[in-house]
Amino acid sequence: MKILIIEDEDALRETLAASLAQEHFVIETAADFHTAREKIGVYDYDCILLDIMLPGGNGLALLAELKQSDKAENVIIISAKDSLDDKLKGLELGADDYLTKPFHIAELNARVKAVLRRKKLDGKNRIEVANMLLDIGERLLFINGEQVPLNRKEFDVLNYFLLNRNRLVTKTALAEHVWGDDIDQADNFDFIYYQIKNLRKKLQTADLSIEAVYGIGYKLVEK
Amino acid sequence: MKLLNQSLKYLSVSLLFVVSLWAFVFYFNILNEIKESMDEGLENYKRQILYKVQADTSILHQNNFEEGFFAIQPVARAAALSAKDRYTDTMLYMQDADDETPELEPVRMLSTVFEHQDRYYRLDIINSMVEEDDLVKELFREALWLYLVLVAGLILINRYVLQRLWRPFYSLLDQLKGFRLGSNQALPVVATDTKEFSDLQQAVRALLQHSTETYEQQKEFIGNAAHELQTPLAVATNKLELMLEKGNFEAAQAEGIGSVMQIIERMVRLNKSLLLLTRIESKQFLNEELVPVHLLVRQSVSDLEEMAAFRQVSMTLSASATLFATMDNALATIIVSNLVRNALFHNIPSGTVQISISGHTLTIRNSGHHEALDREKIFSRFYKPGARQSGTGLGLAIVKAICELYGFSVSYDFAGGLHCFVVDFQTHR
Repeated sequence: MKILIIEDEDALRETLAASLAQEHFVIETAADFHTAREKIGVYDYDCILLDIMLPGGNGLALLAELKQSDKAENVIIISAKDSLDDKLKGLELGADDYLTKPFHIAELNARVKAVLRRKKLDGKNRIEVANMLLDIGERLLFINGEQVPLNRKEFDVLNYFLLNRNRLVTKTALAEHVWGDDIDQADNFDFIYYQIKNLRKKLQTADLSIEAVYGIGYKLVEK
Repeated sequence: MKLLNQSLKYLSVSLLFVVSLWAFVFYFNILNEIKESMDEGLENYKRQILYKVQADTSILHQNNFEEGFFAIQPVARAAALSAKDRYTDTMLYMQDADDETPELEPVRMLSTVFEHQDRYYRLDIINSMVEEDDLVKELFREALWLYLVLVAGLILINRYVLQRLWRPFYSLLDQLKGFRLGSNQALPVVATDTKEFSDLQQAVRALLQHSTETYEQQKEFIGNAAHELQTPLAVATNKLELMLEKGNFEAAQAEGIGSVMQIIERMVRLNKSLLLLTRIESKQFLNEELVPVHLLVRQSVSDLEEMAAFRQVSMTLSASATLFATMDNALATIIVSNLVRNALFHNIPSGTVQISISGHTLTIRNSGHHEALDREKIFSRFYKPGARQSGTGLGLAIVKAICELYGFSVSYDFAGGLHCFVVDFQTHR
């Protein structure tokens, strides 16, 4: 899997690269419009993270070029501008997703995985890990072939963990993803704990477990 | 009191003085004038009588006024020689056509002496004079009429002329009343040739222009500042997350990093809220559509169901009708979700949230703190009652800003131990 990160802010670009490298992707980076344009012209990428405001040009122009060569659907726009206009324009130009800075690593991971997963979709949209099967389309969980009932939020939580398998998912990242982003964190950590406790009960027979990490977040690991 | 009435008041009072003074002066002038012309007449009579005496001495015996308007009496020589012509005002019993009995009437009398055949006579000639109290009465009436006519004239002038003259002023005033900073309205403009008004207009326009520019700059500054903070915050969050993943920390260290992350998280939310406010105020949401608010409420309630159950708060929704509002869908969602979350999070264990929809209004009541919140401040930015730290203090300010954008009204009330927020989705503009 080859991923291109187009982002002019050095620190952010390096962090993103380091994080995605943990997933064993091949990472390439571009810090400005022209470098990005050259790389896009020469190589094919499975996923492109594209910042809109770049030195030397607008990221949307790159997106337009990608659209012409039918490669726009792998693009996730990452922008500091939470502007509806840019979002609509970006999605119109065929970008797969639009992520507003700042975002959690877990969130970026999930979005990248979603792009890659869609790309590889061979008719079925499901994740199989160990003795567990999650049907994304039908929103169903099977453990050892037996269906385990999940409520809507539990399904979202589990899906998020699976997209971030073996990675740290902080409580805030989880709360934002599942319950919307303007939730007051301090108020909700107890609630998240309670939800995770319920989910753990349902996963008792699975060969996966949700481990607490330093009291800051959780990690889904294979037993 | 309106300026026109104000000027009318002062003018009528001062006119009263002017007219009175005029009447006073006029009275004495006219009286003098009358006397002078009478005196000339009397002088004329005198000559005629003296001329007659030459021809007819019998009139020398007419020594009282019973038979005419003069009386002749012989006087001593010494007295005659020292006498001069004298005009006096005096009273005599006279019977006018309209009198039944003789009455004292004012007369003008000329007393003079003359010599006839070495004898001296005094001649008194009278002429009936205008009665002074009649004159005063008449004059008073005339002055009153003059005054009334003047005031009536003033009112008419006020109404038609002055009002016309002041029209540019009132037009400017009306435009100013409707002017809101940052609303992208055209600056007030009136067509006028009056120098004062065009000066006023220029001054007002210059002031407004300056205020608008300052306002825009500030708004832009907040937006830019919040915007510029996004990337550093992103770097900080992600670096810490990576650090936690990779590093081999002791629990205490990790906890420290965790609390730093929480603080950054708060900054992120604060920043996002400020950006949202800036965008609302700079009208970047222009996708107006018919939004089914009742569905948004239902969605919001169902999203928070588990949270409410966990917090032991019972949420009830009674929607008797559908509620549609013409606005941006994202903003409608923000209003609903901010208010519902607010009601849920600022609640107490085994408390309630009662949501109802009727007509154009969405009403959300919740239990919570036992005292009413400050009605004036509750919608202002960064208002945090009590010691609550976690919120941004911008949630209700955002609701208010959205409502103002569309001319909706939002109000807070505290009754029966419940905090009550009402949004009226009808445009009041």
